Amino acid sequence: MIRFDDVWLKYRHQDRGPGALARDVLRGVDFKIPEGGFRWLTGPSGAGKTTLLKLIYLAEHPTQGRIDIMGTHAARISRRDAALLRRRIGVVYQDFRLLAHLSAYDNVALPMRLARRAEHQVHADVTEILRWVGLANRLGALPDELSGGEQQRVAIARAVVGRPKLLVADEPTGNLDDEQAGRLMTLITALNRLGTTVIVATHNHALVSAYPAPLLEMAEGRLTAHG
Amino acid sequence: MAKRHTDPLGLHSVLEDWMLPVLVAAMSFLAALAVAGALASTVLAAQWQNDTAAALTIQVPQPGAPDATGNATRLAAVQAALQTMPGVSSPRLLSADALNRLLAPWLGTDAAALGLPLPAVITATWNGPGPGDAIAAALNKPAPGTLAQTGVQWAARVTALTGSLQTCAAAVLVIVALVGGALVALATRAGLAQRRETIEIIHGLGAQDGDIASRFASRATALAVTGAAAGALLALPVLLWLAALAAPFSGPPQLSGLQHGLAGLPPALWTALPCLPLAAAVIGWSSAQLTVRGWLRKLV
Repeated sequence: MIRFDDVWLKYRHQDRGPGALARDVLRGVDFKIPEGGFRWLTGPSGAGKTTLLKLIYLAEHPTQGRIDIMGTHAARISRRDAALLRRRIGVVYQDFRLLAHLSAYDNVALPMRLARRAEHQVHADVTEILRWVGLANRLGALPDELSGGEQQRVAIARAVVGRPKLLVADEPTGNLDDEQAGRLMTLITALNRLGTTVIVATHNHALVSAYPAPLLEMAEGRLTAHG
Repeated sequence: MAKRHTDPLGLHSVLEDWMLPVLVAAMSFLAALAVAGALASTVLAAQWQNDTAAALTIQVPQPGAPDATGNATRLAAVQAALQTMPGVSSPRLLSADALNRLLAPWLGTDAAALGLPLPAVITATWNGPGPGDAIAAALNKPAPGTLAQTGVQWAARVTALTGSLQTCAAAVLVIVALVGGALVALATRAGLAQRRETIEIIHGLGAQDGDIASRFASRATALAVTGAAAGALLALPVLLWLAALAAPFSGPPQLSGLQHGLAGLPPALWTALPCLPLAAAVIGWSSAQLTVRGWLRKLV
């Protein structure tokens, strides 16, 4: 499902001219996650967790090495196929990344509309998932009118509404109380049982302990543990 | 049920609702004038060419002197020759009064009183091939010194002038199209810069380049068509006024000012003006598509 083979990534220094490279953000990362697998991604801030997730959801290309996502060589994929592949990946961003001018309903509906699902199906799925995350009465609210926790729940709903084959979450419980975090994890584990491959980056050790799963542990751009 | 949001990129608030249509309207106005100029020059040139090329003027010096045979005057000999000459029709001898009126600007109202050896002038219609050089040669036999001049050389100059005007109009249209495309591209780039984060999110959710480009292109096209239609409509009264001014050269003299304008506009203009918004649509769509797709290439 996901395979990293000696993956390196360097960010370019924009102010040092073309070709100028900064330090390595990822250094020779190797791992595999089988289809339907669940992995926690942990490590201190700056370890490279978010960068690794960006490579998985095709927001970055590696400087060196090979990445396969759902059987596709990420570096050789066409732009059209990359877009289609992204539709099968649900992403919960650390900063939510909601569209400020769209309501909670429209934000969650966006992936389904981009996939050209029928509007009656969009309505059924969006209202159901927003009800599940406790926002049934906030469908028309704009992101600015929602609390941080509510925004995070909208972002989670958007990531899972299309029943993705791969779910990537970057600190998905960071703004949630324990009860909401528990509901979210119930949702994620349910998706995982239905076959969705899941990788969740977190600093929350209590959460990791409560939902035991193999760990990908990072430090200074390297994978230090692969359970 | 929440109302479907048809503009996830928020383009209504990004692509300026007034700036692009106003600038495109100005371009469309110029294009309308250029097209009208090209069409009018074509129509007028066709009329002038027909009139000018067909005009034949013959000057017979010493018209009362005997011709080469000595049996008739030179004028009578020339008139007789013209009656049988192929390609020449309707020969008409200008009267002394008509000749006086022609010469009045140079010689005053009574040229005959000056005792100058004025030639007789015959006008006719020339329908033959070529510039009619053979006419003078034929008429010089009975009446030496006779001059014959057709309007063919003037018609050639009118043709060259028309060609120049049409080339200028075409150049104006090309420039207008390029500037129009550049305006759409600039507006689109501004919109892309303002909505960068939104586009990155939608791109990350699986939007195809074509999906994003089409949303920009649809909006840019709508604004460009609106502007072009407004520009073409604004140009219409100006064109009617110009056509009314040009009416003495093109339309029936008994019509009123507005009728002159309407009658004076080339019929093809009524097809060309509605084409301006269509051209703006094509330019707007393609320019926005190219701009957005080029910009999206920078995203992974």
